[in-house]
Amino acid sequence: MPHYDEVMSKNEIEQPAGAIFSARAVTKVYRTGTVEVRALRGVDLDLFAGELAVMLGPSGSGKSTLLNIMGGLDEPTSGKVFFRGEELTGYTERQLTRYRRDHVGFVFQFYNLVPSLTAWENVELVTEIAKNPMRTDEALAMVGLENRMDHFPAQLSGGEQQRVAIARAIVKRPEVLLCDEPTGALDSKTGIIVLEALSRINTDLGTTTAIITHNAAIQQMAHRVFMFHDGRIAETRTNEKRIAAAEVSW
Amino acid sequence: MRVLDRKIVRDIRRLWAQVFAVAMVMACGVATIVLAVGAYRSLEETRATFYQRQDFADIFATVTRAPLRLASRIESIPGVAAADFRIVQPLVLDMQGMREPATGIVISIPAIGEPRLNKPYLRQGRLPAVGRTDEVAIVEKFAKAHALAPGDGFDALINGKRRHLRITGVVLSPEYIYALAPGDLMPDERRFGVMFMPRPALEGIYDMKGAFNSISLAVNDHSAFPAIIDEIDRLLKPYGSRGAIERKDQISNAFLDNELLQLRSMALVIPPIFLFVSAFLVNMILSRLVSLEREQIGLFKAVGYGEAAIATHYAKLVLVIAAIGLVIGSAAGAWLGRGLTKLYGDFFTFPYLIFRESPDLYALAGGITALAALAGAAKAIWSVTTLPPAVAMRPAAPIRYRRLLGGFGAHINLLSQTATMALRHLVRRPVRTATTALGTSFSVAILTTALFMFDSLDVMIDTVFFQGERENAIVSFATTHDRNVVTDIAALPGVLRVEPFRSTPVKMTNGHREVKLEISALPADGDLGRVLSEDSLPVRLPDAGMLIPHRVAGKLDLRPGDIVSVELLLHGGRTVDVPVVGIIQSLIGLGAYMEIGALDRLVGDGRRVSGARVSIDANQIDRMYAVLKTTPAIASFSFLDNTLEKFREIIEQNISIMTSVYIGLAVIITFGVVYNSARIQLAERARELASLRVLGFTRAEVSSVLLIELGVIIALAQPLGWLLGYGFAWSVIHGFESDLFRVPFVVEPATFARASLVVVAAGVMTAMIARRRIDRFDLVSVLKTRE
Repeated sequence: MPHYDEVMSKNEIEQPAGAIFSARAVTKVYRTGTVEVRALRGVDLDLFAGELAVMLGPSGSGKSTLLNIMGGLDEPTSGKVFFRGEELTGYTERQLTRYRRDHVGFVFQFYNLVPSLTAWENVELVTEIAKNPMRTDEALAMVGLENRMDHFPAQLSGGEQQRVAIARAIVKRPEVLLCDEPTGALDSKTGIIVLEALSRINTDLGTTTAIITHNAAIQQMAHRVFMFHDGRIAETRTNEKRIAAAEVSW
Repeated sequence: MRVLDRKIVRDIRRLWAQVFAVAMVMACGVATIVLAVGAYRSLEETRATFYQRQDFADIFATVTRAPLRLASRIESIPGVAAADFRIVQPLVLDMQGMREPATGIVISIPAIGEPRLNKPYLRQGRLPAVGRTDEVAIVEKFAKAHALAPGDGFDALINGKRRHLRITGVVLSPEYIYALAPGDLMPDERRFGVMFMPRPALEGIYDMKGAFNSISLAVNDHSAFPAIIDEIDRLLKPYGSRGAIERKDQISNAFLDNELLQLRSMALVIPPIFLFVSAFLVNMILSRLVSLEREQIGLFKAVGYGEAAIATHYAKLVLVIAAIGLVIGSAAGAWLGRGLTKLYGDFFTFPYLIFRESPDLYALAGGITALAALAGAAKAIWSVTTLPPAVAMRPAAPIRYRRLLGGFGAHINLLSQTATMALRHLVRRPVRTATTALGTSFSVAILTTALFMFDSLDVMIDTVFFQGERENAIVSFATTHDRNVVTDIAALPGVLRVEPFRSTPVKMTNGHREVKLEISALPADGDLGRVLSEDSLPVRLPDAGMLIPHRVAGKLDLRPGDIVSVELLLHGGRTVDVPVVGIIQSLIGLGAYMEIGALDRLVGDGRRVSGARVSIDANQIDRMYAVLKTTPAIASFSFLDNTLEKFREIIEQNISIMTSVYIGLAVIITFGVVYNSARIQLAERARELASLRVLGFTRAEVSSVLLIELGVIIALAQPLGWLLGYGFAWSVIHGFESDLFRVPFVVEPATFARASLVVVAAGVMTAMIARRRIDRFDLVSVLKTRE
């Protein structure tokens, strides 16, 4: 089984300069029984290095589907997805696993921490398999949890759990951080603390970050905002003036 | 169908693999009940019917020679319903196609009418005609072993004369269902034949006119047994009586009893194991189902279903599983039971087999299975019915995990985080971990119990055939001879060494306790026949006094140094006091040992021998065979190599069948336990494991969490299983112990290793089947829902 880096070199394509991610005419159709759901109806998108992008849109508009495809959790029905010039859509299951392991960090609405591991251990879990991770303590310090490291998820608040999830996502120094409704289960105060952590990582580490949200207020902290509607990107906006995460309110 | 019942059908369809695994374990429990009890009843019934139809006697006695005029006195003993006075003689047979001689026993049948007791059952041909001295009826097994039929014949050495005997009929005898030659360890249908001849012929041949040497009695008042036996012994004392015995001590019957006892203990030990394991599996599955359906249960309650209705719903689900197990188990048990009974029917010789259909047994098995299942489910059902609906509709509180070792070495990577996940999960649910390990350990225990018999029998073979009896052959005379006969035997072709022995039947009495047995007397410095201590070391026979086996010491409450009263049955019932010098080992039969000279002095009739142990040059064995076929004085002989070979053959047959059955049972338990625990872990931790996949862990790495947990459980099960197996094996050995034989208790380390190997292999295969589920995880959907 060739390493995906080797596969990549054979599939060089033209990506816009500085683009980490590119999606081209991506569609996704789910079939459950006789019902056919067209989740994506042809999406083109580029994400650039160090960019913080917010994806907005109603439920079922296709944002999560696109994020999952970008993260190697799902495959498009048609179209192509490129990561640093390499076509993800041709990857085998094993290559996708390697891709997730080495390059992508995920943050989900429901944290998905391992309940039997402490905060520190949840993060350490990833350093054990990553190529060039930062220190676990360092990652936890970045999300302000240096004093809660030895607590189990059940002993942490929702915001704290989400910050552990963020620390776990960034400890491997991923090129891309994909966040699906990271504040969806949180109240606004803790939500803002989580956004601050995401913003700091984007600034300090230069990690390309994509955040899916229902919460329109969050768009103000993004470099660019993609408005999803009915499986397509209805509108792309560039924020001339961004506000700090701390100033976001809802 | 009501909606809730429809839910049961769908639940079972959805959980079919787990349901099947539990049902199979239950089926094993049911099958072993139906099999063992069914075979027990069939065999018991067949034997009882056969005994009844052939008028099998209640009391047996052997004398040297007694006059028939005693008959009326014996028949008039109160309680005696019928008596039969027979001539029974050993003979040597020269069978075509057999290098070595065979031995046999010939039994008289009355000149007129059929025997009153122990009637032969005619299978083929007719009984020999009165007036003929060359006609016999032979037992079926012997006929089959030599492909003989009525009309065929063979040569026999009868009272010193070679005669050609013609077969008129083939019969079965209730006395020889288990046809063991005198002094042999295993029945050998080729080398031992039982035959019947009319009394007049035997009277003539053996000069027994107006006499008998074997008596059998039917008793109509069982409370009169002791009195009858005493009276018989008293009447026959002057005629060289060996002492009357009851039916339970009759050798063929005693072996059958032993076999029935084993079937019964199987029925008592094995099914409870399976029922326990299935109760535990039901508990595991139902607890999981209930926790998954917690919110539904809240809803049922919210819309007005009562606690009883909900409890009944889950109980029905459990009962359906039990019913599946019952159906599979009953069918398998009935089928195997018939097979086993047939096997017994072939081994023992019955003319017919009576299968007892036992509806009560199925009802019993069904009832016990349902109870076990409901007992397993009780806690889970109780926990749901008692939850208030509002609480039930909320998700259960998250599991609280704890650090292992109280947080010691918190940030040191002693274990990978995936291993930590696995171990914390195990520690978090100690009861479940322990019961799962216990369940798996039963597989190890069952296998240990099945496999240790090879070890014990190896030691038994080594002890009996290589430490104790080191001769090639034992030659016995019909009556005792002067010691000089040893010189004659030594002169036979190929004989390398001869050691005489003398044996005499006695009744030993200590207070109110008494035992009938034989005293065997050997040379003190014997090398062929050796007496072994309880640690299997050769013991030098003392110049005076005797050595008795542990079991006899127990029966008579004797210790070394005690004096026991010994009645010499063949010598007019003279009673002498003999000191017990030591306790020895005895694996086969009950026998006391003395130095040969000491016994001679005790009896006081000079230097006599009953036979000799000989070692023979293997190259000259054929010449030895030829001599035996023509030497009149020799009543019987056994060749140890043949006995050993037969012993091994029968054991291997029986044990290999048993072993494969037990391996099957162990694999089913392992599968049931491991598969269910894997599936439940997977269900409980789907989200966690899917998260690992998202984080970039490979399938193999994610599986390792599951496999480590299962591995730890299987590993924990091993020592536990060894311990349980050791206990089961011990109880099996003690269940076997009887006056007939005792098997030494030996479990070799390799047996534990083999048992573990089978269980580990079955466990690994099962885990691999369960592991495939991880490959089918839908990562996206697992992560989207909140548990």
